[in-house]
Amino acid sequence: MSDPYYQRLQRRHLTSKIFAGVCLISTWFGLVVLAVLMTGLVLKATGTWDPTSTGAAKATTNWLTPTLLTHQVSSDPENAGMIASIWGTIWLILMTAILSVPMGVGAAVYLEEYARENWMTRFIRLNISNLAGVPSIVFGILGLTAFVRMFGMFPNASAIGIPMGVGMLKIPLPFGKTLISGALTLALLILPIVIIASQEALRSVPQSIRHAALAIGATKWQTIWHQVLPASLPGIMTGVILALSRAIGETAPIIVVGAVSFISFNPGYMESATDLVSDPNVILQVPASPYTVMPLQIYNWVLNSPNPEFKNVASAAIVVLLTVLLLMNGIAVFIRNHFSKRLDW
Amino acid sequence: MKSERHSLAAKTSVRRAWEQFIQFLLFVCAFISVVTTGAIIFVLVTESIVGLGDSVAFFQQVSLWNFLTDTKWAPQYGAGEFGILPLLVGTMWVTGIAAIIGIPFGLATAIYLSEYASPKTRSIIKPLLEILAGIPTVVYGYFALVFITPLVIEPIGRFLGIQVDTFNAMSAGIVVGIMIIPMVSSLSEDVLRAVPRGLREAGYALGSTRFDVSVKVVLPAALSGVLASFLLAISRALGETMAVTIAGGVRPTITMNPFSQICTMTSNIVSMAGSDSPAGSVEYRSIYAVALTLFVITFTMNVLSQFILNKYREVYQ
Repeated sequence: MSDPYYQRLQRRHLTSKIFAGVCLISTWFGLVVLAVLMTGLVLKATGTWDPTSTGAAKATTNWLTPTLLTHQVSSDPENAGMIASIWGTIWLILMTAILSVPMGVGAAVYLEEYARENWMTRFIRLNISNLAGVPSIVFGILGLTAFVRMFGMFPNASAIGIPMGVGMLKIPLPFGKTLISGALTLALLILPIVIIASQEALRSVPQSIRHAALAIGATKWQTIWHQVLPASLPGIMTGVILALSRAIGETAPIIVVGAVSFISFNPGYMESATDLVSDPNVILQVPASPYTVMPLQIYNWVLNSPNPEFKNVASAAIVVLLTVLLLMNGIAVFIRNHFSKRLDW
Repeated sequence: MKSERHSLAAKTSVRRAWEQFIQFLLFVCAFISVVTTGAIIFVLVTESIVGLGDSVAFFQQVSLWNFLTDTKWAPQYGAGEFGILPLLVGTMWVTGIAAIIGIPFGLATAIYLSEYASPKTRSIIKPLLEILAGIPTVVYGYFALVFITPLVIEPIGRFLGIQVDTFNAMSAGIVVGIMIIPMVSSLSEDVLRAVPRGLREAGYALGSTRFDVSVKVVLPAALSGVLASFLLAISRALGETMAVTIAGGVRPTITMNPFSQICTMTSNIVSMAGSDSPAGSVEYRSIYAVALTLFVITFTMNVLSQFILNKYREVYQ
């Protein structure tokens, strides 16, 4: 047993076991920390337990109430709601999707189906992967200059109106601190993600599908439109939803392009969701409207509110935000699993 | 017959034109990404280096030498002092702490997932890590300010006898570190898994333990990719904004104490953009100079990581 070879072997096995344990603990480290923080968050939001109670008297109030979802912001924490920011997020993400999805999918189709392998294509590819690594705040600076101020090309703020049936669609020039500026900025921000995800989805469509369509006389675009795109749709949708859920959480560029922090009306001065049907004109007012979004509202409650009670309101708002994101991720995963089973080439 | 052929030819030529048009449209879509990069560079350069027309750029008012060597950042104080060093120090504290946490934990996670975990375990852990990566940074900032600072950092500070600020570099660095774990782990895992089985089996055949194979065979074989993932994660930490603004504060100081308030380049941009500095003033332009510095640093790191990945990649047949 005192054989040095045997001792050495034992030591090596011990090292291996310790290493395995260290790796296992490391893997769970982030997840456990996250679980602890989440639990703390929910307990604080519901007022069950608050280790860091900020407003001593009301530490055990449940902050996760319907008030939060239906009221406008208020200086009284008990009455404060986030409805303006919920509508702001909905409109912002809708507009971002309308702007970025056609561009992103179009770019992916070009790169995967049309582009020849030349310097231009390589340059575009390299550029996309670099763009994905640009900090989001830099996109904010771009949006501030190119959209909010439009390089100062319009020293006197004006607006153009486009008649749209139910009313005039007013486009301010420069765009100013409105939803259009925010949506354009976020669209550019998530563009690389949408392109990369769509490229992967297109690549997973087998060549035989393309060959079959081309062989029976379809043109290249007919092949793509009727065969390749439908087949890759689930993958594209998954990527788009994940990209949009990233956009929902983005705060930094939105602060820079000037979402207003203390705002007590819904975009387009919409009173309630029924306005969408009874007075469609409000929809046309939305793009030129000042706005706030959920993460920005949370940021303000956490950092810029004199009353510490607002940290509790913020924790409840975070629960709402995370629920929305979790739902979106769930939908993305569902689409991925559901359709990847059916479309088994 | 003749007219029929004629109409077919006409139809074909219309269709051909349509196809050409579509291809052009799609090219424009792809080119927008290039335009975006161009626009970012254009905006940063025209506002900070060379003014367009009769507008004056930042570095035409503040010398580059002052910008790089001045030890004070106080844009709204008197004539304004624009030394980026305090912001760089703040950024380095946060990034350094984040790297110390994110890189070892991320790499160990990658090794576990690629070398130890069963496919089933992997299919559970990977989506959980994706959730970790999908949480908005403003939420991480909240965690740092509301939970980590009072419940973890302050007791440690009391134990060490160091004054802990409400906003401190330590808590910001810790949450940014947790934030980059999934990034390091998923990128590293990809390259570790790309190492061919044959190398591992050769290792085992020579009597290696799992530790020997993972650390002395697989890791060196995938080293370039792992380093590239570190660089990308560090560049992400450099550009991280909201968590750092909320948890780290916005007071630019050159400090050697990670428990004190700092200001990073990104949080400086946020606080300046939120303030009421008039467009066109020097302090307003200063955010472009800071953004340019940030852009150059992160861009260099991204390009470097791609270079390492392409140049030193071991190609296995």
